[in-house]
Amino acid sequence: MAIGTAAGAFSGLFGVGGGTVIVPLLILWLGYGEREATGTSLAAIVVIAALAAAGQGLYGNVDIGNALVVGAPAMFGVVAGAALQQRLPERAVAFLFAALLVATAVALVLP
Amino acid sequence: MEYVAAALLGFAGGTLGGLVGVGGGVLFVPALAIFLDQSQIHAEATSLLAIVFVALVGAWRQWGYGNVRVRDGLVVGALSPLGVAVGVVISNAVAERTLELMFAALALVFAVQLFRRALRSPTAPNSVRSGSGSSGAAGPHD
Repeated sequence: MAIGTAAGAFSGLFGVGGGTVIVPLLILWLGYGEREATGTSLAAIVVIAALAAAGQGLYGNVDIGNALVVGAPAMFGVVAGAALQQRLPERAVAFLFAALLVATAVALVLP
Repeated sequence: MEYVAAALLGFAGGTLGGLVGVGGGVLFVPALAIFLDQSQIHAEATSLLAIVFVALVGAWRQWGYGNVRVRDGLVVGALSPLGVAVGVVISNAVAERTLELMFAALALVFAVQLFRRALRSPTAPNSVRSGSGSSGAAGPHD
């Protein structure tokens, strides 16, 4: 599917996990609901990030201890975020995502 | 103190992941680079492992809520290495600033489209817009 290739391309180009591209494409191209798009995006990111992390690990660039410092609290965060998302209307999820995209664009344009 | 700050940013990144379906790297990379003194390349690499944790737990939770189309997710993920190869070739051929501006423009296009779709679509996700709303006397419109 084109979305996988596109997401991978952006991952390779910008060093991001790809969710920024996967979620809008699932919604706008495949007509996913916002919640479904975010859930499915996370499943895709498992594969993408695992492959990329393994590759970076071979080069010795991954610090497992630091990954845990950030990643362990993040696992609690994602449980909270997903629970919170179920209480929001899908429209609010779309607005949140649009805001994240605008913030990303601004951060990219600023030097 | 640096560890606390990094952990807080980690929690925030994970929350963002649960809310909008991204990995959280947008916060992990600065957390690792600023508070844990990793170089940009090492921070990005380490961030990927943290993203694996987030995406695993997040996909599991969202699956429980009925929000994951497993097959589509795996197809998108499995095809990504092809895209990574394309992306690496492009990134070596085009100036970095050009890429940043292109991605910024794309992000804005996506944002506008999502925004307009959300304004158009009815609040109830399963209410189909096939002609039933023409005489709607009661109930909120739009």
